[in-house]
This record gives sequence, C-alpha cells and structure tokens, in this order.
Amino acid sequence: MRTRELFFWVMISSGIVIMAFILLPMIQLMTAPSFSMLGKTIKDADVLRAIWLSVYTSGLAALIAFVLGTPLAYLLSRAKFRGKGIIESVIDLPIVIPHPVVGIAILSIAGRNHWVGRVLAELGIRIMGSVTGIVTVLTFVGLPFYINAAREGFESVPPRLERVSRSLGASMVSTFFRITFPLAGRSILAGGVMCLARAVSEFGAVVIIAYHPMIAPVMIYERFEAYGLKYSQPVAFWLVLLCLVLFLVLRMLTLYRKRGR
Amino acid sequence: MIRIENLNVDLGEFLLRDIRLSVEENDFFVLIGPTGAGKTVLIEAVAGLVPVKSGRIFIRDRDVTRLPPEKRGISIVYQDYALFPHLTVLDNVLYGLHFHHVSREEKEARKKELVRQLNLGRLLHRYPGTLSGGELQRVALARALIIHPDVLLLDEPLSALDPGFREEIRDSLRTLHRHSDVTFIMVTHNFAEALSLGRSGAVINNGVIEQQGEIEDIFRRPRSRFVAGFVGMKNCSRAEFRGTKAVVDGLDIETGRKRENREGYIAIRPEDVVLSRKPLQSSMRNVFQGKITSVQDRGFFFEVSVAVRGAVFVSLITKSALLDLELRKEAGIWIAFKATAIHVF
Repeated sequence: MRTRELFFWVMISSGIVIMAFILLPMIQLMTAPSFSMLGKTIKDADVLRAIWLSVYTSGLAALIAFVLGTPLAYLLSRAKFRGKGIIESVIDLPIVIPHPVVGIAILSIAGRNHWVGRVLAELGIRIMGSVTGIVTVLTFVGLPFYINAAREGFESVPPRLERVSRSLGASMVSTFFRITFPLAGRSILAGGVMCLARAVSEFGAVVIIAYHPMIAPVMIYERFEAYGLKYSQPVAFWLVLLCLVLFLVLRMLTLYRKRGR
Repeated sequence: MIRIENLNVDLGEFLLRDIRLSVEENDFFVLIGPTGAGKTVLIEAVAGLVPVKSGRIFIRDRDVTRLPPEKRGISIVYQDYALFPHLTVLDNVLYGLHFHHVSREEKEARKKELVRQLNLGRLLHRYPGTLSGGELQRVALARALIIHPDVLLLDEPLSALDPGFREEIRDSLRTLHRHSDVTFIMVTHNFAEALSLGRSGAVINNGVIEQQGEIEDIFRRPRSRFVAGFVGMKNCSRAEFRGTKAVVDGLDIETGRKRENREGYIAIRPEDVVLSRKPLQSSMRNVFQGKITSVQDRGFFFEVSVAVRGAVFVSLITKSALLDLELRKEAGIWIAFKATAIHVF
C-alpha cells in the first residue's frame, strides 16, 4: 500500500475517531469512581445481590441455550431441507427486535389471556416479576448468538470424519459425542460465552418483565434515575469489569482457534 | 462376497445407474474411472454412507442395503486420510475397538501386529497435524484394519501422496492384502495403480459400469472406446471388417485372422507402433508411409502423431529414439505394427 495516498490517511483518521469514540467513554467510566466508592459499592449487599442475580440468570440462559440449541445447531449444520433459510431467519429474529418489545411480546403470551399463560399458571410458574421471567427473556435474546456460533462450529467439522467414525462401528450418537462435539467444542464454548455476555448486558427486555428482583443493569438505571450519574458509575464499573472478563475469555478462545490446528 | 444388484443412486450431481457388480472373497478389486464418474459414490453406497434409490447390496450373502454403516462390517479409508485431529495416532488406531467386543489381549495383539506391519511405533503419541502424508495414510490404514472388517474400502488411497510415499503405501497395501483375508475394494482414476495392485476390477464412467473382469483382461481386451482410451490404447478407430482386413479411413489393416464382416473398432497401444525412416524389413504385417503431424513431450516419452491418408496413429518413443530418427513435424515417416498388436471389438 502506498502510504502517501490520501485514502490511506482517510483510513487512519477514521480509525482513530472510532477508537476514541469507543474508548473515551469507557475509560472515563472506569476511572471516574474513587477507590473508596468502589469499595463501598462492592460491599453493598443490594449491589452484590444484583450482580450475582445478573450472573446466574445469564448463566442459566446460556445453559438453556446450550441444551436446547445444540441439537438444532447441529441439524442446521448438516441437513439440507426446504425452508432452512426461514428457520435460520427465525433464529436471528431476537437480534433485530427492539428489546422492550421482546419483553412485551413475552408478557403478552404469559398472561391469562393466552393459553400458554394459563398453562404456566396451572403449573405455578410466574413470569412477571420473577427470576423465571428474567431467565426467559435472557434466553430469548441470547439464543441466536449461541446457535449461530455452534452451527459454525459444527460446519467446520468435516462430515467425512463422521462417516469414518460410523464405518468403524460408532453409532450416530457415539460419533456425535466422540468426534463432532469435541471438535466443535471451542466454538460451542465461544457461543456460550457470547450468549452469556449478551444476556448480562440486557436491560430493555428485563425491565418490562421484572423490575424486581433487580439485575445489575436495572439497578444502574435506578441509581441513575434516583441519585444521578455519580451513584450509578460504581455499579456500572463492576458490571463492566465482569463483561470485560467474559470478553477476554471469548477473545482468547477465538484467537486460539484461529492460530491452533 | 459382495454382490450389487441393479443399484441406482441419485445425489444430484452424482448418479449411479443400474450398477451390477460382484466381488470375490479376498479379492483386490479396483474401481477405475475418471474424476466425477461416481466411483466414490459407489463405495460410499457399499459403506451405507449415501442414500440408495433402488437396488440391493449384499455383503457375505447378507442384504445390507438398509443397514446403517456401523452394522455392515466395512471400513473406509479416504484420500484425505480423515484422521480424527483431536486424538493421538494411538487413539485414532484404537477408535473402532470401542464399538467392537474384543478381549483385552486380542486388542493388544491386533494393535501390535498393525503397528509392526505399518511401522507406526514412533508415531503413536503424536497428533495427526504433525504427520506427513505417507504417515497419515498408514495410520488411516491401521485404524481401518484393526476392527477386522470383511471389506476394506479405499478411496483413491494413493492420489494425494508424493511419489516416494506412493510407492511405500502401494507396497503396504499389497502386503496387507496378502497377509489378511480382508476383501479390498479400491477406487482410482489411475490405470497404472489398478494394474499394479488389482486382481479384478471394473471401469466406471458417468455412473455406469463400462466393463468388469480381471484387470489384466480389461487392460488387454477393452470392450468399448472409452475403456480402450482409459487403459492407454490411444489408437482407437472405427473400422469395417472384410476378411482378415480392417478398413480404417480407406486404409487396409491386416488383423491376422478372418473375422465376421461387420463394423466395429480396432485399438492399438501407442508403444506397439514402431517408427522408422525406411520401410522396415520385419515380420510386421502392417507397414505404412505417413507424415508426422505433431510431436509432444510427455516427460519420459514423446508422443508422435502420424497421419496415414485419413487415419492418424500415435506412437510413443523415447527421447533418444526421437533424436536418432530426427523426427520433426511435417517429415515423412514409416510406421509399422504387428497384426497381433491389434485389439478388435
């Protein structure tokens, strides 16, 4: 590339603008709260409860996505059938729907006016204002990320390896658990982390379903509304730190995958 | 041993039509054909890896057409080895034994034998990613044979290898076949491989079997134009038989014995066509004068095309012969071939 061309400088400067755009607010957020504030916040039982609730509802969402999504992801990676494109679009739907709308949509089938709501009520399951409700919406928004990553992982395993395994006497199930799953394992893990990260950061859908019990993003919003920026920042700090750890794990997984093998 | 009856497979881009084949117990059977002919599809159908539209496949008199691959008593070795990248060489080799009831001693004995035969001793704890092509193929063979299959299916096992490794694996295949009672079915597009390894075989083209029988026989007596070309009989032309003669483009060619008056083909190997500056005084019955239309470098050999009236003959000669004869395009030349070198069909 000729460095003196104008286009080169356009690329460099747009890059700088984007870096600054992302990093400046993040750095400000992370450095604004004082140590004493941060220490006090992390000892606050409400904050801890909110962060813990965020973590474990998101973890549950990722687990559900893993259990329910893995077979579908495998099916999509191997089977060719009519309407496959439609199914893939349906899976991507939660990505494009505005988050509060997700909450409203789920509430609208969870109420007494809908048979699903009545069945749930019969079973004693409450969606509105419950942990179950939070996990439900988090799974909803996280699923596409998990399924797409897992599908790509399965696609990267040559069907030929499965064929050889079958010919050597392994059933379809044994082949899946001994060959396909281990080889797609890294992608599946990355998909799980992505789903988890997506769920931790969800606010719009959760706030419709359950203001209480309070997850961390809702708490940040509440503190901002009630006490202002200064009081929401320390909670945000700890949540961001958590997300950064997840992000780091994800980067390590994907980078390693690219270099390895 | 293996009997295929009226097999039809339709995979869209690959088709098999009305395949009928039988393979003897402990045979080394070679399926030969150009790329895209459907060879791999045929062995995958035997393995149960592709859906069969109609027809039946028997292995040891057992109808396996509807059986899943793991219940057919077959093993398959692919051109790209298809080793499991997350397992060590040893775990790859032992993989199939997880699914077969074999005693511990028997397991150990089979492993030892294959490690010795295929010289895998020093590779056992390495991962496939670190092995060379020849090593990978040896591991793939050991993995396939350890379960003692009735049939070993080999999909172009030599094609992806460097020439040095190719010799080595070819020898391994020959020894493995000799020392086991497994029936080998190998797919190849290379007739020389078939000739050096196979006992019997079939030529397949466009999803149809063109000819089957002993490899030697296919090589010497092709029954169609396609097979003739495939086994290297480059001189193949339509002929009209009159008495002992075959008339090709107005040229009377002596075939040595009386034949039915009909239309058919004659085929001659290019290495059987002799070139000379003067008419040869020899026992060869067919001597013609012609003109060189092209001289092509084929590496170890040169391919010289000679036009004799309307007919064109191709001859293979060595580089030194080319220099001795001072052959060049447009030069006049004599060609000669024996009546017995002519294959009629």
